[in-house]
Amino acid sequence: MSSQPLVQADELTKYYSNADGFLDRVLGNQSKVRAVDGVDLEVREGETLGLVGESGCGKSTLGRTLLQLEEPTDGRVYFKGEDITELSGSALREKRREMQYIFQNPFASLNPRLTINDIVGEALDVHGIADGEERDARIAEILDTVGLKPSHANRYPHEFSGGQRQRIGIARALAVDPDFVVCDEPVSALDVSVQAQILNLLEDLQDDLGLSYLFIAHDLSVVEHIADRIAVMYLGEIVEVGTAEEIFSPPYHPYTHALLSAIPEPDPLWQGDRVILEGSVPSPLDPPNGCKFHTRCPIAQGDCGEWEDHPDLEDVGGSHQIACPYHEMIDSEV
Amino acid sequence: MRQKQRDTTTQRGRIRITGFDAERVRNRNPISDWSETESDGGTSRMEYAWRRFKSNRLAMLSVGVMALMTVVAVFARPISVDVAGMSLTVQPFALTPYGPGEMFVGSPNAAPSVEHLMGTDWSGRDLFSRVLVGTRYSLSIGLIATVLALFVGIPLGSIAGYFGGWIDEAIMRLVDVLYAFPFLVLAIGIIAALGQGFWNLILALTITGWISYARLIRGEVLSVKENEYVLAAKALGATDRSIIFRHVIPNAMAPVIVQATLSIGTVVLSAAALGFLGLGLTPGTPEWGTMLSSTRDTIAQGYWWVSVFPGLAIVVFVLAINLMGDGINDALDPQGDTATKQRMQ
Amino acid sequence: MALLEVNDLVTQFYTEDGTVRAVDGVSYQIDRGEKFGIVGESGAGKSVTSLSVMGLIESPGEIVDGEILFKGENLLEKSPEEMRRIRGNEIAMVFQDAETALNPVYTVGEQIAEGIRTHKDVSDEEAKEQAIEMLAKVGIPDPAERYSDYPHQFSGGMQQRAVIAIALSCDPDLLICDEPTTALDVTIEAQILELLDELASDFDTAIQLITHDLGVVAEICNRVMVMYAGKAVEKAPVEELYYEPKHPYSVGLMGSIPRIGDRRDRLETIPGTMPDLVEVPPGCSFHPRCPYAEEVCSRKEPQLVDTETGEASNPNDDGEHAAACLAYTGDLEDELSYQVEVLTEETYE
Ligand SMILES: Nc1ncnc2c1ncn2[C@@H]1O[C@H](COP(=O)(O)OP(=O)(O)OP(=O)(O)O)[C@@H](O)[C@H]1O
Ligand SMILES: Nc1ncnc2c1ncn2[C@@H]1O[C@H](COP(=O)(O)OP(=O)(O)OP(=O)(O)O)[C@@H](O)[C@H]1O
Ligand code: SF4
Ligand SMILES: [Mg+2]
Ligand SMILES: [Mg+2]
Repeated sequence: MSSQPLVQADELTKYYSNADGFLDRVLGNQSKVRAVDGVDLEVREGETLGLVGESGCGKSTLGRTLLQLEEPTDGRVYFKGEDITELSGSALREKRREMQYIFQNPFASLNPRLTINDIVGEALDVHGIADGEERDARIAEILDTVGLKPSHANRYPHEFSGGQRQRIGIARALAVDPDFVVCDEPVSALDVSVQAQILNLLEDLQDDLGLSYLFIAHDLSVVEHIADRIAVMYLGEIVEVGTAEEIFSPPYHPYTHALLSAIPEPDPLWQGDRVILEGSVPSPLDPPNGCKFHTRCPIAQGDCGEWEDHPDLEDVGGSHQIACPYHEMIDSEV
Repeated sequence: MRQKQRDTTTQRGRIRITGFDAERVRNRNPISDWSETESDGGTSRMEYAWRRFKSNRLAMLSVGVMALMTVVAVFARPISVDVAGMSLTVQPFALTPYGPGEMFVGSPNAAPSVEHLMGTDWSGRDLFSRVLVGTRYSLSIGLIATVLALFVGIPLGSIAGYFGGWIDEAIMRLVDVLYAFPFLVLAIGIIAALGQGFWNLILALTITGWISYARLIRGEVLSVKENEYVLAAKALGATDRSIIFRHVIPNAMAPVIVQATLSIGTVVLSAAALGFLGLGLTPGTPEWGTMLSSTRDTIAQGYWWVSVFPGLAIVVFVLAINLMGDGINDALDPQGDTATKQRMQ
Repeated sequence: MALLEVNDLVTQFYTEDGTVRAVDGVSYQIDRGEKFGIVGESGAGKSVTSLSVMGLIESPGEIVDGEILFKGENLLEKSPEEMRRIRGNEIAMVFQDAETALNPVYTVGEQIAEGIRTHKDVSDEEAKEQAIEMLAKVGIPDPAERYSDYPHQFSGGMQQRAVIAIALSCDPDLLICDEPTTALDVTIEAQILELLDELASDFDTAIQLITHDLGVVAEICNRVMVMYAGKAVEKAPVEELYYEPKHPYSVGLMGSIPRIGDRRDRLETIPGTMPDLVEVPPGCSFHPRCPYAEEVCSRKEPQLVDTETGEASNPNDDGEHAAACLAYTGDLEDELSYQVEVLTEETYE
């Protein structure tokens, strides 16, 4: 493995301003949603990095900013060592051959008016990869790779089930032969049996094509299954990162600990301890000071809310990093 | 041995199930000839919409009426074109017994009779011929003005909605300004400035017409562009132009098509209203509104037919157009589609 | 006598594509205070089963057969007026989408109080007091102040708590929860599940919980029914289902969930997808996806039988483990060859 990561984010930040009106802008009525707040992250070649966190914590925004689908407010993204935040229009469009996105919603992510042929073929057209008979052959080949029949090419999305549509979305992303794919909750909308099919497919594709994934999910058991390394996100920040084993065994960040213990275990005789977090996720419009988790943290100390800035990720052995100076106070197992 | 004694645990993932071999299903011959009802493939939403439309009797009736009117418009009088000084007749048939402008083909203000099915007007022109030829004006004004308005409104509205920012502000403020004028005042102003005539009327109707399409499609575009397939196209590296024409506009069009169909009726009514005010086509033109206008004095004298037949023609035309619009609306808003979507989520 | 007894329920929808048999001969019972789970994939007929019990099936749907006995009385014979009284008073429902279940123009407190007023003979003051009490019971902090908040001022988890408060405000005997936590995050889900569990035992309310999440079922249910293509394919006490699944579909389902801690490289999958309910496969409707299917499966429709005796399932037997697969009536030539291992500390890598 080369030492240089395939994708690297450096202090990546994305704020959404919800001052839409002209008047608001003039009057400076700005309140900012801090969707991604200074994230350092790297995805290595051939690996799957899992990204977990609760709804609204900024997972999709991070994935999109990494691919420059959203312009970052601040920070840099290096792809194969090249700073892609600097790229403009056509240079960036050219780069999109190498990095792709798979969407959560198998219904909204396919244009209902186009046939599968057109949807998958769009990628080929945009980059002039193939046309004429070669194009048809290539489309048939991709459809076969993702487990669809070539005869499906002339159908419309509404003629497919959720799982099949997700396969179409995967086919579209793979058509340009990318190196890096952001999978944004690709299985959340699917039934368990179909979810397993898609997870297996994604793993097979990774082996065959040497892909690297950023795999976003809110379901930790899915991430544990598919990811080599996992990053845990809370309110726009990464609070813990490490290999799957490191994340799922102590030491824990208190948030990860609660998240892990909350996963319902499909075993009626399981009687593990539960850490029930009180309250709900604070608004990203007005996040708490200090450690953003202190309002819900079971081990919060007096000063957690008083620091100038959120605690930094600290090495705790191996590649495991935790952003909580008090993490050793957690004792229970999950 | 009903209840086995099992220990509780604090360890996760201790149940492991193996041997459910999915490959067996793939590799074996199908056990029965049942297979998922695969549609023959390639039934687009438009085809579904057309099927729904066909099953709507009122809508189909209105299509029939419109088709009839189109035939009447084409065949009411012969059509000839001037080519290099020569008059070439391209359509020799005439459904009407008289020319619409021929005076004194009967006695003035004659009541409907076998010779003059709808009677005659003050100068003895055959009303039946005039009403039939009027179809040409109404149809062409309605179609041309609507299509032109669409050609202006859709690109402007889409661009405003898609790009947002100052482009949006600029276009939409122009729309707001035009909206601030009552429609008739604006139209009257334009005609007063340019003078009467077919193309000036069309121009007035286009200028007043595009703003509603621009507004409508902007709103649609705002919601369509949030769809993930638009982002997906961006992620593929598609250009803005291709995204707008391939993904955004086709999916934002449905309400605009409905609105446009309905507004053909409005346009015809407006043309009639302007005609009635003496601001439409030049007096004497067999356009239904203009005909009403020039005969409004005679109705008081008991010659009801001079007003009733052109009026009736307007009513039938507008009603048919509206029914057709409603039919398209019902066909394009596939309750079924949205319902399935919600259920599967 | 069981609290709720559903016998051979058949509910159909008439659609453009044909008749959808969303529920096809389903029977089950729920005792007082019992927590009964219904699991299955999307479109299996779980929600329609519940809506049928609530008397909320509307055109183009229709209950065409069966009976629904609640406290011994057949709900299908009740007038709409009587059903309205039973709904809310004795059977309440919690839906997946809390946001749409609350009316955005009234405060949360008023909505709870209104529920109390329509079902109990109390003054406005008392209703308000009881509503605040309910808010406190479902774990909303500062209930007296939160009483006058509007739904949008509540987070998703709090909205679901409010919906539960409304459902429980009239002390129903049966609470039907249709995917109550599907829209929520795991940490909030854990709160809500704990709440439901507590309240059910406090109020001695029976719960019918619908979900597709096998983890949630394991967590709170006593007994479970697995549905596939409108039919019940397996019914068992919860422990039995998880440690000894009997129907191939349940086996496949259990095998396809990723479990934390099991270091499997690949998940088991069930090939294909659930058929459209307009045209279900003949015989066992699972046969096109079932690895154990034999020729007979496409001809003979398996009935729900006791897996030990092979005799027709007895709905009154709570301990029974029933499944609808021909393997248990001796019609199959081969065995169902799957294994369930329970890893212990030692065998656990
Ligand atoms: N275009 C936008 N404009 C304004 N705010 C936005 C926009 N997109 C996202 N946000 C806000 O940014 C925050 C992070 O959103 P994001 O979609 O990244 O979350 P997520 O972790 O992907 O959540 P989920 O699990 O629900 O998909 C949220 O508070 C959201 O409301
Ligand atoms: N109003 C309706 N009109 C027509 N068909 C319907 C209607 N409601 C439900 N169905 C059909 O009944 C079947 C069962 O639906 P149901 O909603 O009970 O599924 P479910 O098991 O609750 O699934 P989910 O997990 O998606 O909620 C589906 O095939 C569905 O298409
Ligand atoms: S009856 Fe046949 S097809 Fe159905 S589950 Fe049993 S073995 Fe499989
Ligand atoms: Mg997201
Ligand atoms: Mg449902």
